[in-house]
Amino acid sequence: MSFTAKVWAIVRKDLAAELHTREIVSAMLVFAVLALLIFSFALDLQGRSAVAATPGVLWATIAFAGTLGLSRSMAREQSGGCLDGLLLAPVDRSAVFFGKALGNLIFIGIVELVLVPLSVILFDAPLLKPGVLLVLALGTIGYAAAGTLLAAVAVNTRAREVLLPVLLLPLVVPALIAAVKATSWLMDGGPLGEASGWVNLLIVYDLAMVAVSMLTFDYAVSE
Amino acid sequence: MSRPPRDRWGLALIAAAAALLPLAVLAAFFYAPRELSMGDVQRIFYFHVPSAWVGFFGFFVTFLASIAYLVRGERRWDIIAASSAEVGLTFITAAVVTGSLWARPVWGTYWTWEPRLTISAVQLLVYVAYVMLRSAADNPAQTARFSAVYGIVAFVTVPLSWFAIRWWRTIHPDVLTGGDSSGLEPRMVQTLMFCLLTFTVLYFAILRQRVRLEAARDRLAALRESEDLNLG
Repeated sequence: MSFTAKVWAIVRKDLAAELHTREIVSAMLVFAVLALLIFSFALDLQGRSAVAATPGVLWATIAFAGTLGLSRSMAREQSGGCLDGLLLAPVDRSAVFFGKALGNLIFIGIVELVLVPLSVILFDAPLLKPGVLLVLALGTIGYAAAGTLLAAVAVNTRAREVLLPVLLLPLVVPALIAAVKATSWLMDGGPLGEASGWVNLLIVYDLAMVAVSMLTFDYAVSE
Repeated sequence: MSRPPRDRWGLALIAAAAALLPLAVLAAFFYAPRELSMGDVQRIFYFHVPSAWVGFFGFFVTFLASIAYLVRGERRWDIIAASSAEVGLTFITAAVVTGSLWARPVWGTYWTWEPRLTISAVQLLVYVAYVMLRSAADNPAQTARFSAVYGIVAFVTVPLSWFAIRWWRTIHPDVLTGGDSSGLEPRMVQTLMFCLLTFTVLYFAILRQRVRLEAARDRLAALRESEDLNLG
């Protein structure tokens, strides 16, 4: 079995479990829609101000909703000893990491598929542009990588789910700043070339988080 | 079990810090000239910059000790990582507070989203999370492993945060690397360098004591365990 086949097997397992229970995506989705509503009440989002605030509202919603899915996806492994089973399986720990991270990426991606069109409708923000979608993908990759590692750490502590946002959110600050800035620039019709600083920062963040998580994931899950 | 030997290095560090600190205070208030536009308020700078330096240096030591722990698996690296994070957290808090105090008269507001102040605040939260993680883990081996993972991934984000925040906002007076207009008087530079040295010595003095405290706790736990075994 090749490395990618092992990763894919873990992703398929997560997708199958999710198709069966639908608890991760549905919880994230409902939370995300509620967050959009609460942001629009709290910030009184109408007209121009709504468009200007959309990138920030969108990314804050993804960051908060994402922690729900990340926690749940790891907690599901832990209950019933699934994680032990995964670790006993004759696969490299980095394959387990990539499998879990890819699963999380897909779950958050599904939520974004709803969240982005909804923001377009609610706030009249021109988000459906190739550049914006590229930034969305890049930001989510780094977030999912760091989030998968820290969810594995948090789920094994006494505080469990409570600890994940505390651990994760301060570490995603650089990705959030870059993603919000790049999203608003590209949304307003700015050329991709002039947002390259932010896009490059996102790429570096993604690479750094994937590399560090791959190297340290073993220590985060082994007993 | 025998008494631990007297800690010569620790005493020397404390003595050095105790000798240097009053001199640093005197230098900041009397040796360094009064700044023309900001006045005496500027003198907080001699404590603010060294606090920030020691904070980030402490986090860097935590990063290195975390790597050493994962590679070697020795308890002493975990103790150093945890102790340095706590000392760094104390100093970064001092840096954020002194920065706000200085910002009030100079910029007219306690808080601005200035890059260095912002990244200090972000790192403050990161290492608060680090300390929370240590207190939430189930057993010592887990505490050490998890916090080493977090100590590494957290420090990797420091340069990224730095660039992100710097591009996002910038109004910090670039006193050290800036052009002629913000150049420092030689006496100011000397005072700053002396304060940096003093705070670094103070960092090592506190770190040493914090490490010894943790080692003493380990000995106590081991003694209690052997006591229990004897009684049982």
